[in-house]
Amino acid sequence: MKPLSMLRAALVVIVLFTVATGLIYPLFVTGAAQLLFPRQANGSLIVRGGRVLGSQLIGQPFSDPRYFWGRPSATAPFAYNAASSNGSNLGPTNPALFQAVRARVQALRAVDPDNHAPVPVDLVTSSASGLDPHISPAAAYYQARRVARVRGLDESAVNALIRTHTADRWLGLLGEPRVNVLELNLALDEMKPHQSERTP
Amino acid sequence: MTSFNVIQILIYLGLLLAAVKPLGSYMARVLEGEPVWLEKPLGWLERIVYRAGGVRPNEEMGWKAYAQSNLIFGLAGVILLYVLQRVQGWLPLDPQHFGAVAPDLAFNTAVSFVSNTNWQFYGGETTLSHLTQMCGLTVWNFLSAAAGMAVLAALIRGIRRKSAATIGNFWVDVTRSTLYILLPLALIFAVVLVSQGVVQTLQASVTAPLREATQDAAGKTVATQVIALGPAASQIAIKQLGTNGGGFFNVNSAHPFENPTPFSNLLEMLAILLIPAALCYSYGKMVGDRRQGWSLLAAMSVLFIMMIPLAVWSEQAGNPRLTALGADQHASALSAGGNMEGKEVRFGIVNSALWATATAAASNGSVNSMHDSLTPLGGIAPMWLMKIGEVAFGGVGSGLYSGMLMFVIIGVFIAGLMVGRTPEYLGKKIEAYEMKMASLVILMTPLLVLVGTAVAVRVHAGTSAVSNPGPHGFSEILYAYTSAANNNGSAFAGLSANPFLNLTLGFAMLFGRFALAVPCLAIAGSLARKNIVPAGAGTLSTHSALFVALLVGTVLLVGALTFFPALALGPIVEHLMMVGK
Repeated sequence: MKPLSMLRAALVVIVLFTVATGLIYPLFVTGAAQLLFPRQANGSLIVRGGRVLGSQLIGQPFSDPRYFWGRPSATAPFAYNAASSNGSNLGPTNPALFQAVRARVQALRAVDPDNHAPVPVDLVTSSASGLDPHISPAAAYYQARRVARVRGLDESAVNALIRTHTADRWLGLLGEPRVNVLELNLALDEMKPHQSERTP
Repeated sequence: MTSFNVIQILIYLGLLLAAVKPLGSYMARVLEGEPVWLEKPLGWLERIVYRAGGVRPNEEMGWKAYAQSNLIFGLAGVILLYVLQRVQGWLPLDPQHFGAVAPDLAFNTAVSFVSNTNWQFYGGETTLSHLTQMCGLTVWNFLSAAAGMAVLAALIRGIRRKSAATIGNFWVDVTRSTLYILLPLALIFAVVLVSQGVVQTLQASVTAPLREATQDAAGKTVATQVIALGPAASQIAIKQLGTNGGGFFNVNSAHPFENPTPFSNLLEMLAILLIPAALCYSYGKMVGDRRQGWSLLAAMSVLFIMMIPLAVWSEQAGNPRLTALGADQHASALSAGGNMEGKEVRFGIVNSALWATATAAASNGSVNSMHDSLTPLGGIAPMWLMKIGEVAFGGVGSGLYSGMLMFVIIGVFIAGLMVGRTPEYLGKKIEAYEMKMASLVILMTPLLVLVGTAVAVRVHAGTSAVSNPGPHGFSEILYAYTSAANNNGSAFAGLSANPFLNLTLGFAMLFGRFALAVPCLAIAGSLARKNIVPAGAGTLSTHSALFVALLVGTVLLVGALTFFPALALGPIVEHLMMVGK
């Protein structure tokens, strides 16, 4: 083969496979996905009464003591910006990491002064995506007393709510046990709506 | 390590090894040109490619024509992918109106995908249109992996044939690999991923109200969340299978829409190593001695598995400085504990550390945790596996051709020297020419890595891109050139893009891919011409445990001698800083 005929072969392979793997393949998968798994393919949205409340898979920022807080998020320009995922990329000896962790520990203790237990690590370290929808069960139970106190609920009722919202390892083996923060907080609000809930 | 950590690692390794034989055997048939049943539904497409491209499938090439075809294919790919990014604003399927990608970033991304590296200086959901993702990135996820398998097939033919002038037809190898191996696997895998929650839609985004309004950096109230969507599953399936690794979203497989569940995580991790591992079996089958394939797989597995405990243990041990600040890093039934900075709760420690090791072993480069935030020793695991040249398991095809098989040549040569006999491999005499070419391949990437790093840490454009102070900043740069030259693509992602890095890393990727393929094909051509000498009493058995040990030793020795000083300046110093007072 001469170089010119190689170029022809190269261009033909690229163009034809652009059609096959760049258009037909993703569109075929899109069709199959929309047909077989429409809820998952469109973002696993939480819909109540026709209104989208968020996604099961995408966390939201919480800083009010009456809600369970999720993972710290490093997205810009605001936490849990689901249009621009990002981690902190802070190295393990970066002073900025220590400062951030210190501030998060302080913030948690400020709203829960009687709680002297060490803070579960996932509550004070930022997630990889900045959108982590989960916290560990330990991080949820750590906050249970605070949430119960602020909302005037029984702590045991809040603990029970955490238990029903805890997902175990897949088949009891894979991944880690976890609690979906947005779903837990939605369930809290449904349990006993707080007065200031609708403030804009 | 907790028992759940060990169980999950064993499940992963067991499933991976179980898949090697069936897939490897099938791939060997595709690469040998034997009939496969997928020719019934897809054969017409294969014939169209040949007819339109002027390719005569039975006409074979010598190694020079084969290498030329590979280079022209890559060059055409880089140019077309560059142009596509520059004009994406004028083309359809740009729902967020991103406009043209900057020239240096477009060059970097084009080289990155054509060279099977998929280094990610672009932020998927903030710079690339859906058309670029589909018709640019997804296409080259397929084609770069297929080109890797093609070059491997050519090298295998060179080893097996005797007194032959040709080593196959590049276009046939690329076409058949794409159509009968990558496309069907990706199709099935993509749909399974969607079932787990990976998004696949042409809609750009959906807006949801925030339960609790928040404030942005400027103090403005934010009451809604714009959730980016897109045709992600189709790209992620092939990004994992093709050892590509370039994500649809900025944070890659750490994004809940790319990797939503522990099950999707298991499947994606399997897909990372699946084809490179199975190609060892194909190799054995194609050279006519399956034991040869198993011994290569054994050497790769040893190199890979020895890094897993280091990564998992180091990440599980966590960061002592955070304990002092009041964080609880103990593993318990209710928490994974450990170093959770830059990790997702659903993956915890073991699945993040295992992934980091696997993605570096396979020259895949996709991430499910932020490698920049790994503990220093945890970060050594992926860096080391890249540094030893992506030989275990390496890229699709390239892990064998520019990786393990070059070390095999060095290995039999060293063994030959020890006993004073002419080295031979599978009946082919290994002579000065093969040794020169193999040495060239093995020395090229360290040269790119060390010179690149040395220059970058001396210029402002390099040091100003670093996001972490001290030795960790050095590690960021070292990791970047290691990843680029070895076509891995993962990153200590704190390093920010600038024209200097876009260009130098772009050239490192280009050389790491195409300059290495040429000497490998030269070896193929030279071996093909040789006669096969029957094995005698002095022939070194290359399927014995002894040879596996020799091979592993050679890889470790070359890697350690080349990179220990650089590693000492980065992660090792940082580890001492972290655990010291």
